[in-house]
Order: sequence, then structure tokens, then C-alpha cells
Amino acid sequence: MIGLGTMLRKELLEQWRTRRLVVVAIVFGAIGIGSPLLARYTPELVKALAGDQFQIVLPPPTAAEAVDQFLKNVGQAGVLTAILLAMGSVAVEKERGTAALLLTKPVSRAAFLLAKLLTIGSTLLIGLLVAAIGGYAYTAILFEALPAAGWSAMAGLLLLALIGYASLTFVGSAVSRSSLAAAAIGIGAMIVLAVVSALPGIGPFTPGGLNVPGAAMALGKDPGAIIGPVLVNLIGVSFVFGVAWLAFRRQEL
Amino acid sequence: MGPSPGAAAISCRALSKRYADVVALDALDLEVPTGSVFGFLGPNGAGKTTTLRLLTSLARATGGDATVAGVPVGDGEPNRRGLIGYLDQDPRFHGWMTARDLLDLVGRLYRMTDADRRSRINEALETVGLADASRRPIGGFSGGMRQRLGIAQAILNRPPILLLDEPVSSLDPEGRVDMLAVIRRLGDASTVLFSTHILTDAERVCDRVAILDHGRLVTTGPMDELLERYARPVYRLEPEDGQAAAVARLTEALRSAAWARSVEETPGGLRVAVTGVADAGRELLAMVTAQGVALLAFERQRPTLEDVFLQLVGRNAHDPGAAA
Repeated sequence: MIGLGTMLRKELLEQWRTRRLVVVAIVFGAIGIGSPLLARYTPELVKALAGDQFQIVLPPPTAAEAVDQFLKNVGQAGVLTAILLAMGSVAVEKERGTAALLLTKPVSRAAFLLAKLLTIGSTLLIGLLVAAIGGYAYTAILFEALPAAGWSAMAGLLLLALIGYASLTFVGSAVSRSSLAAAAIGIGAMIVLAVVSALPGIGPFTPGGLNVPGAAMALGKDPGAIIGPVLVNLIGVSFVFGVAWLAFRRQEL
Repeated sequence: MGPSPGAAAISCRALSKRYADVVALDALDLEVPTGSVFGFLGPNGAGKTTTLRLLTSLARATGGDATVAGVPVGDGEPNRRGLIGYLDQDPRFHGWMTARDLLDLVGRLYRMTDADRRSRINEALETVGLADASRRPIGGFSGGMRQRLGIAQAILNRPPILLLDEPVSSLDPEGRVDMLAVIRRLGDASTVLFSTHILTDAERVCDRVAILDHGRLVTTGPMDELLERYARPVYRLEPEDGQAAAVARLTEALRSAAWARSVEETPGGLRVAVTGVADAGRELLAMVTAQGVALLAFERQRPTLEDVFLQLVGRNAHDPGAAA
């Protein structure tokens, strides 16, 4: 794939110089630290807000709730971050004319696209790493130390899910000339997948469906059948990349 | 790898591009000889940029084919082999990069060694006059600076073929002269195909030109040959002040002369395009004398590319938008 290494270097440098990497790390850091804090202090906050007029009985928070909160926050703010990262990745370069500049050089269109998707994945990886470390540490401080291997496996599944959402937005970015159109495709896909994830039989194979085995692994429980959903998501990302390449391959710039 | 001497560096055969009902390029047959500095001229929408975009595989032809250095362009292969250096008419870069970053990226894509890359980057920056601004973010560059950087990135790997779309359009007069000299020098080592809406620029640096109109090739050939073939002789007469009535009579008389193709009143006097130099040379001054017009200046002007352009395309090339 001609020019992949150089394009990857350029993309990573761009993430650093434009401070996207730092912003993503901060967002995910906040998710990681904030989730166990929310789980731990939400009951107390509710009680404080209710005052003396109402008697609210809430069970004491557990590490499982910290894990749920973490998954929920990554599933919302994390997915939106993934969509934001992917929406302009190709469309903006087409719109500004910088794609034309690069693609008149020894760079294949496949390398141009793959470097971008790998960079989005790397940025999300770093973000999730920060979130996972923060979340694990604060869960340990506020609740109990959960199995590190299980927590890491959950983070790996979340990364795969986020890359899944990002790749759907990415294909929108490759097809259209507008980052807003790409974002609309990404958000639309997120909504459709959220609905589909509730369906029995299909749900576990969606990106959101990876949350269930992820939560189980973080808590040191049996995640059940995990290979199938992971493979389906990996194949899905590859398929979506293939669609993006087919659309972009002969596109006029 | 470059084109072999004597072969066409660029060859288009019935190259066509259609956008829905609009024919942007209509069966263009064009040969750009190796080693030439080739001017690509034509009014707005003539198909110049479309041709360059087809040659760089940024657009897809709807008919015909083209080769660059003998390599078919349809699949972008000439780009990948580093045969083309390309400058867009409105070059855009990543604003977060510095000029040096951009050239470093381009050098890496051409797989230059570290030492080679460093020396060529310095050389290219010096050539286009951006050495002092090389560490500033491109986001703050003016249009002229972007155009200079565009030329630098196009020449970095010393490609055998340079495609330059309006390469000096955003430059100030001094910058334009500098860059035209650079382009002329580049012609010593590369084949240069460049489009311009400034006919004097083409005249200054090109040895061959092609004129397009409405997507069709109107003419092509060596500059001297075209000037000889199409440019009709023009005489310029500059009367002394205060002879309005006599000059008006002279204008009328000239317009009725069989050898006068056109008589144009300009701020500097009269511009008389003629069909027969022999008759005009013999009779013109006699008519001036007969009408009692005193002249400050009288000259036979050298035919220009603008004359050729006017003759073939039939529009006012003084109009800034006419030849874009």
C-alpha cells in the first residue's frame, strides 16, 4: 500500500499538533474518573437534593454500578467523540483541496484512507487507555479493586465498539464532501444500532452489544460467548472500510 | 523515469469530459513535446483546468485517453511513479503544518533519503523565496505565499513533467517576474505545461502554446509559428493633442481602406490592424498627411499572443476574465 507509513506519520502528527489527542485524552479522562465518582455519590446527591421532605431509600452503591456508569458514559460521550473524530477526516480534506494535493503524490487512495482510520483508532485507543486507568483507579479507591485483566478486556471491547461507530461515520466522510453529512450518517447509524442492539439474537453482535460481556469481564464474571460478537464487529469494521474505499477509489477530487 | 527525448511528454487522444449536459472537454487531441514549456490558454470554462485534473487523475475522463511519459493516466499511475509535479490553481495546504513540514511530508512520500530531503527542501524554499517563512504555520500564509509553496512542493522531486495551473495568478508583479523566471529555468530539466490567463506571461516563458475554447482545441503549435500565422500586423499612431477633428477624419478614412482590418481608438491614439503590410506601409502615412494630422509617434507593433488569441477566440483579451 503505497505511502501508508508516511501518511500514518502525517495523521498522527496532525492529531498531536491540532491538540485533538489532548482533547480526546481529557474527555476520556473525565469519563474514566467521573464514572465511579458518579456511581459512588449519586445516591448521596439524590438524598441531599430531596431534603427532609422525602424519605428515599437507595441501596449502597457497588463496583458493578461504577462499571455500568463507565460503560454508559463511554457509550454516550465516547461514541460522540468517535463520531466527531471521524466526521471530517476525509470530507474536510476533500472540501479544502488538501486531499487533491496529497493524491497527486505517490500515495494510493487505500493508503490515504487506511492511515486515517488507523489514526482514529489510535486516538481512541489512547483516550480509552486514559479512561480505563482513571476508571480502574477510582473504582478501586471508592469501591473495590476489580480484576485488572477483566477491566482491560472490557476496555478492549469498548475500543472495538467505538471504532465500529467511528468507521460508520468514516464511510460517510469518504462518500460525501461534508463533515455534517458524515456526522448525520454516524449519528443515524448509532441510533439504528441502539435499536438493533435491543433485539434478541442480533443485539450481542452490535457494537453496543459488546457492553454486556464487557461488564461481566470487568467484574470477573463469565462473559459468555464472546468470540462471535468480536469477530462480527471486526469483520464489520473491515467491511465498512471496504465500502469507504470503493466509494473513494474513483471519486473526483 | 521520464519521457524519452523526442517522444511526447503528454499525449491526449480524443480526451473528453462531460458533466451531465455540460461538455467541459470535447475530444482533445494534444501532444506536448518533451522538454517544452507549453502554455495552455483559453477563456473561462475553456477546459484548461479540467485537462490538468484529468492528467493528474483527480477527475475521470468520460472519453478518450491520455498518457504522461507514456504511462496511462486513468488509474493515477503517473502520480504514484512520481512523474508529475502538480500545482493547483488555488493551492490549499494543512494549516497546522509549516512550509518545511509540508515539504518534508512530500519528500517522504517520494522516499527521499534524510540528507537528500533536507537539501532539496532548502533548495526548493530558496527557489521560491520562502526560506525565511519556512517555519511559520501555513495557516497564516497569504495567497501569494501559498502559490510559492505550491510551486516548491511541485518541484521538490524534480519531476520530468510539471503541470502548473495558473502558477503566478496570486503573485505581485515582482513575484510574478521571479516565478516566471523560475518556470523558464525549470523548462531546462522538465516538460512544463502551464495554464494562464495572462497572455504576456505565456509569451514570456513558453515556446509552444495551445488555445482552447469551449472545451475544444482551437490551435496549437510553436509560439513563433502561431504569431507568424495568426497575428496580423498592427500599427500604432499617437497624434499630438488638440486635433480631435482631424483625427476623427483620419479614423474614418482608415476604416474605409481596403487593407485595414480594424481601427481602434485607444487612450494612446489609434491602433490599426492591417491585412496587407505592403499596402498599409505605403498608404498609411500618406493618409495621415492628407488629413493633416501631426504625429508624436508611429510604429509597427510586434504581433503578440494577444493578437493571436483575439483572432482565434474573438474576445477582448484585455478583459481580466476573458482568458481565464
